[in-house]
Amino acid sequence: MNSALDEYREVSPKGTVDFLYRLSDLVRGKSFLHLNAVRYGGGISEVLRRLVPMMVSLGVEARWEVLAGTQEYFTVVNRMLNALQGRDEKITAEMYHTYSSIIERNAKALKLDADMVMVHDHQPAGLVDYRTNGCWLWRCHLDLAQPQRPAWTFLRRSVLKYDAAIFSLSGFAQRLPIPKFLIYPSIDPLSPKNREMSRSEITHAIDRLGINRSKPMILQVGRFDRFKDPFGAIQAFRLVKKHQDCQLVLAGSGVMHDPEGEAVIAELREAAGDDGDIHIIQLPPEADLEINALQRSATVALQKSIKEGFGLTVSEAMWKGKPVVGSSAGGIAAQIVDGVTGYVVHTVEGAAFRIRHLLNNPGLMNRMGGMAREHVRRNFLITRQLSDDLTLLKLLSTS
Amino acid sequence: MKGYPSVTNIADAPFAFIGCSELQESIARQADDEKELAELIEEVPLDSIHFHTHSYFLRHGLIEGAYPNDFAQWVVMQVGDHVLGERLAILDPFDYPNLEHLREEIISIIDDHLSRSPIIPRVVFGQPFHFKRSRILEVPIGLEARTLQEFRDMVTDIDVSTIYYHMFEAHFRLRREENDFSAWIRSSLGLLKLADCIRSINPYQGSLERLRSKLITACDEFLAGDSAKV
Repeated sequence: MNSALDEYREVSPKGTVDFLYRLSDLVRGKSFLHLNAVRYGGGISEVLRRLVPMMVSLGVEARWEVLAGTQEYFTVVNRMLNALQGRDEKITAEMYHTYSSIIERNAKALKLDADMVMVHDHQPAGLVDYRTNGCWLWRCHLDLAQPQRPAWTFLRRSVLKYDAAIFSLSGFAQRLPIPKFLIYPSIDPLSPKNREMSRSEITHAIDRLGINRSKPMILQVGRFDRFKDPFGAIQAFRLVKKHQDCQLVLAGSGVMHDPEGEAVIAELREAAGDDGDIHIIQLPPEADLEINALQRSATVALQKSIKEGFGLTVSEAMWKGKPVVGSSAGGIAAQIVDGVTGYVVHTVEGAAFRIRHLLNNPGLMNRMGGMAREHVRRNFLITRQLSDDLTLLKLLSTS
Repeated sequence: MKGYPSVTNIADAPFAFIGCSELQESIARQADDEKELAELIEEVPLDSIHFHTHSYFLRHGLIEGAYPNDFAQWVVMQVGDHVLGERLAILDPFDYPNLEHLREEIISIIDDHLSRSPIIPRVVFGQPFHFKRSRILEVPIGLEARTLQEFRDMVTDIDVSTIYYHMFEAHFRLRREENDFSAWIRSSLGLLKLADCIRSINPYQGSLERLRSKLITACDEFLAGDSAKV
């Protein structure tokens, strides 16, 4: 028996771990390479840090390589990110040249041989030009429903050279002549961000953040980004507060190479004014325990995004037994079972109405929270993602 | 051992449990209104009909009370058409001998609904219906039962995908006459009444966990000698 995977027996659905052992028997000895842009910061890195050792412990020769980029390169790929998600960005030919030259330099430095190579998002996508053997999959975590055409045209040239693409949701995909698979991302229930915490640990963390523990807390966790609509969250909170004494916490951990966050925070502080019940908390990238404590202390979790990737903060809050009021953006609605584990809303008013309803019905909140945790257990844990990756390796690397 | 209805029967051929892992694949077809939905249901591969009416159970292991197939779920949650949603929700795939008949019935229900509606209900604020299909990987889970007691104990702890595979995949996709559990109990253990009982369990009513409970209950009642109930 293997300890790395056995740790998940208590948290995953019945029989899952034994099933994974048997599934791994079918792919033992095969090699699997994950490639992404950064080692730290962001949900992809969080999961890969755990997923790759789990694959290794199951007998798969799994590796995780990270692109070496320059500040200039990361500026370019951030612009590409915005453009691919539909925001106006000017990307010059010189910038695309910067991208291509960094890709070429990395292709020379990295060992790209494997039975299966999974390339995450746009930053390293161009490495496919240097593929040698194996099955190459492009794993897109972004919502590509309405990209800016020049950026997508540039990226699409690379994507077409893959054997298949994987999206988190059908609605995130563009038309492509290669097979398109659909796989939800996942959370790690044993990571610092999601593991169980003692009452004293939580109390200590919340007190350190200066939050009133006796007042109901509406919590939105997410990067300080206009797409997350923190301003809409403040508007909804103000509508709720007319009837109910409560507080709003907007908490975000920084992602490396994110130059816009500071400007958004400044505007948020201005919007909050002198309201002491609005807490805007900027956390460092490694503040996983603080986020964990905040989610466990929240009364209701809110995700008011107007544009979103998959939005795994929703599953994180649900895993902690919290009902989530979320918009229909990105993958939020795919995680919430409307009316069962939380509510899907479409407006500021809708968010306020549902939050108020929940705050007035503690029994309903508890029931929804319990269902939310079970829903995540079955659909959004890393053990399910491990199963998906092993299945891909078996079905595609031999075909 | 056939013909001897005893719980101590030992099967010559053991029951080998098989789990499954599903990969969802987009087939690049989407409907924005109910007429398009019916037209596309008519043209998509049967695999896709199977996906939206069967593997739904594999993906929603917990939540009961939600609509029991993707078509009903979509017209209610995204289009807001509760009337069609209710008519599609009551549809029971167990009543149809194969997927082609099930497809015809779904189209017929939607066409009938549209013929009585002055408008074609469509998505306004919600998401379109994305057609998908799945690729299923069979995974032998290394458990084999030779007696009813062993079978019952193993069903208690197996991953739900194993129950899905033997109850749903066996019957519809692999076109076996009955589910794998009842077939083995009938042919290898010779427990005909229990086999009939398990064959008659409708897998479409409730979650996979509920199905697990029904299987265990049927075995327990038989093992306790309460054959009147089975």
